[in-house]
This record gives sequence, C-alpha cells and structure tokens, in this order.
Amino acid sequence: MSEVKKIATREGYGDGLAELGAVNPNVVVLDADLAAATKTGVFKKAFPERFFDCGIAEGNMMGIAAGLATTGKIPFASTFAMFAAGRAFEQVRNSIGYPHLNVKIGATHAGITVGEDGASHQCNEDIALMRTIPGMVVLSPADYVEAKAAVKAAAEYEGPVYLRFGRAAVPVINDEASYQFEIGKGLVLREGSDVTIVATGIMVSASLEVAEKLAAEGISAEVINIHTIKPLDKDTILASAKKTGKVVTAEEHSVIGGLGSAVCDVLCENNPVPVCKIGMNDVFGESGSAAALVAKYGLDADGVYRKVKEFLNK
Amino acid sequence: MDNLELKITANEVRKGIVTAVHSAKAGHPGGSLSAADIFTYLYFEEMNVNPEDPKNPDRDRFVLSKGHTAPGLYATLAHRGYFPVEDLTTLRKLGSYLQGHPCMQHVPGVDMSSGSLGQGISAAVGMALSAKISGKDYRTYTLLGDGEIQEGQVWEASMFAGFHKLDNLVVIVDNNGLQIDGKIDEVCSPYPIDKKFEAFNFHVINVDAHDFDALRAAFAEARQTKGMPVAIIAHSVKGKGVSFMENNAGWHGKAPNDEEYAVAMADLERIGEQLCQK
Repeated sequence: MSEVKKIATREGYGDGLAELGAVNPNVVVLDADLAAATKTGVFKKAFPERFFDCGIAEGNMMGIAAGLATTGKIPFASTFAMFAAGRAFEQVRNSIGYPHLNVKIGATHAGITVGEDGASHQCNEDIALMRTIPGMVVLSPADYVEAKAAVKAAAEYEGPVYLRFGRAAVPVINDEASYQFEIGKGLVLREGSDVTIVATGIMVSASLEVAEKLAAEGISAEVINIHTIKPLDKDTILASAKKTGKVVTAEEHSVIGGLGSAVCDVLCENNPVPVCKIGMNDVFGESGSAAALVAKYGLDADGVYRKVKEFLNK
Repeated sequence: MDNLELKITANEVRKGIVTAVHSAKAGHPGGSLSAADIFTYLYFEEMNVNPEDPKNPDRDRFVLSKGHTAPGLYATLAHRGYFPVEDLTTLRKLGSYLQGHPCMQHVPGVDMSSGSLGQGISAAVGMALSAKISGKDYRTYTLLGDGEIQEGQVWEASMFAGFHKLDNLVVIVDNNGLQIDGKIDEVCSPYPIDKKFEAFNFHVINVDAHDFDALRAAFAEARQTKGMPVAIIAHSVKGKGVSFMENNAGWHGKAPNDEEYAVAMADLERIGEQLCQK
C-alpha cells in the first residue's frame, strides 16, 4: 500500500472530547490516573474545571459517572479497556446499564496492540462483556477520524455507550471532511461477490489491504466496517452474506463473544452460511511490540489473508 | 414536624415495612426497621423534596446505598405522598414497580438504582460533585449499611469525597451491628468506623439512630460543616420496633409468616397507641 498517515484511535478520543467540550458544557470527563495514555489529558488542558481524576479506582469512577448523569451531565469515564469493562464490569452493569444512564465509557488500550505491557493489560474480552448488558451501545471505531466522530455521536445519543479505542497507530482510512458517523450503521467500504469480510476496529484497514491482495488473484472480497457492534447492522451483514455466501469476521478480540459471535448469531437465525472467525483464539496475549504480536496471532493483513485463503479453499 | 409527629410517622413507616415484606413473602425487614427513623427524619424534616415534583433539578438527593432495605425507603416515600401506601403490598411481585431493590426508572422519588453494595455511595458522590460543578446548592444524602462498608468501593468513594471537600454530601452509616452471617465484628470487623471516615477527611458525628433530638442535632451540625463531607454513624437496633426481630441477624432477609406478622403488627400498634396518648 502507498504511504498512509497512521494515528491511534485513542488520539481521536482525546481530540474528539476536546472539540465536544467546546460546544457542550454538560460534558464532564473522568479518568483513573491514565489521562496521558487515554488522551483525556487533551480535554483536561482545555477544560480543567470539567475534568476529574478519580485516581486508581475504576469502580468508583463508574459510580461517580452514574451520579453525574442523573443530574444531566454527560460524563465520559475513561481508562484502559481491561479496567473499564473488566474490573468495573459490575459497576457498569448495575450503576450505569440497569438504570440506563447517559454515561459514556471511553476504553482505550483494547486488544493485543497494547503490546509490551503483556497479557494482564491486553483486553480481548471487553466487547463480549459489554454487549451482554441490555441497552448498552458498543462502538469500535476503525481509525482516528471515525474515533473522533464516534465520540460526538455518543454524546448526542441518550443512554450508555461503550467506546473502544486502541493504543497503536493505525492507518487513517476515512476523510475527515466528508465522514459521517451513524450509530448502528455498517459501512460497505469495498464491494465484492466471492466473500464478505466483516471487520471492526484496527482490523478494518488490514481487511482492506487483504481485499486488495485477493483482487489481484481474481477473488472479489466485500469489506464491511462494523463500527457499531451493538446494535448490529443486521441488514447490511445479511445482504452481503446473501450475495457472497461466505463470511469472514475480523476483530482484535477473542473469537468468543465478540464481533464474530454477534455476526454468527445474526446469520444462524436468518441465513446460515459458512463463517470463519478471525480473532484471539481463546488464548491470552503476551509481551511484544504491537507489530510482532499481530503477526504472531494472525491479526495483521498477512494473517487475515492466509485465513481467508484457507477458508475459501475448504 | 415535632418529635412526636416524627415518632408516629416512623411507626407508620415500620408498619409499612412489615406489611410489605409479609406480603412479598421475602425481603429485608431488619435493616429497614433499624433505618426507619433515619428515613423518616430525612424525608419529613431534613430534605428539600416535593412529591408533586419528584424530578425537580434543585431537589436534595438521596441514594439508598444499602439497597436491600428498599421496603424502608418505599414505606417512607409512600407515606410522604410519592405513591399510594396500598401499593406497598405489591413489593417484589411480578409486574410491580416496587422491585426488590430500588429502580430509579420506575419508582417516583428514587434518585438512583441501587442494591449491589458499595455502589450507591459513588453515585451520591457524583451527584454532590455535579452540584459543585454547576454551583447548585442542593444536598446529597446516602445511607449505607455497616456491613456494606466492608466493600472497598465505599473507601474509594470516601477518598474522592474527602479529597474534593464535598461538604454538600452526608454519608449515613446504619450501624446496627449485624450482617447476614452474624455480628459485623465477628464476620470481618469494620470498627472503628468513625476513625476510618475521619482518616478519609470526613467530619464524623456519632448519633443514636432512634433519638430524633440527636438526629436533628446531627443533621444541623452536618449543614454547618464546611470544607469537608460529613459521615453520620447512626447507632441503631436491627429490627427496631418488632420485639422478636430486634438484634436478631436472622431477620436480615426473611419475611414473617402470618402468625409472626400478627405479633409484629401488634407490637407496632401498641407503640403507636402509647405515642398517641402522649
């Protein structure tokens, strides 16, 4: 591929919050001692009176966010995905999800591209956890532009939203001037007729790369960007599956309970077709550079390409 | 309200608790009864609330962090006029808005859903923080169980409240000394409770939870406290008012059968008659 600009989606979170703060005085940002890493520091610098560091106490942070939301504030509670969805799961479920409060959870450093910190910090379970909570919207943007747009869309939506961002820089595939984000709307980024690749997060740009490579071999792959895991765009997925008859899912997340599972639910109930789920195969990650890890676990373009070829040759 | 009126009202609240739990054949009478005087004082004397306008943005807030004592809150709200007293007998039944634990979406007057212990105090801190951000002068009250403070989240929330000097927040601990598995100081002692809150930069007031003069003085002192949140450690009797439930951990989460219900109501009727003779 030609030279593309690479920016981490967490940068889109921070910049999106700062832009939002300027136009919406109800936005309050909370963090748990990770403001530099989650990029909420950008908001803190611009609006210090609406930024609160809760210290290393994620459960309490979720509860404070809930309390703020009951009074009309729009809190963004920010920490790593591991602690937002993992450690604070029950607070998110009971204090935010059950009363359906207008809290936004900004979860950065999701997936294995956390890199060197290793398995303890590489959350591959958050999509699964969050999508089981009734009424929770789950967003997983693919690039910086989409991340920023997702932050604004989340603020406009009334209800709890989980936003998933990554640590590592990924290609910017959307044009900021023209990009429009609609919660629940899958985006067909490339049309094809032989196989559908349904991807989310950082796997979207990798999937586009794979589709390009397949095209050179005469294989026509359709690529769908699912930036909203819940509510899932069933129509777009079903229409594509009907056309291609074969579906690959790609996510930087466990193959259990994430995008792949959500897509399988829809296909099984409506139009069963063969599916190949690409993700973390029920294993923990490990320390290493983000690039080395995605290569080892088959979550880079080469890995996805190999899996798609195996699947098509079955 | 004067003390006699408060006592009469609290006695009616206790009847509501026992009646609701008996009707539900499940629920938590012990901790509801120990907190009945606190509930009554808050809703009939202390808090700026209006049942005609339960969502008023400037109202005082209350979070029942010990959410299992919903019968106590519901009975108080019903007697305060938020919903019909007769509805208390629908507690915990299919289709009732009076869920086993408070649900803010369905019960008028409930400011926060709660029930999973340790979480309500954090929401109360968020409400108090919001008032500080917006320059509003409403106050936030939250009631915790003494067993509940074994939850670490209580201290996360307390650290934040003390650090941010949330003097518009009052944390009340219903110190009845009993939890499901027995005495709190035999299960996993949280004592000294007052010293712990002091260490988190709270102004701490110890009070007899069943003495309205003492409660009046404590809440007045809380209002006068500036620059730090207040913790009121309310020393109470679990099951207060019902002879066979008093100081008995077995009545933490058990409903009286028909015979027991009759005895309980007779106890409360007798107390009510004595009050009316005063």
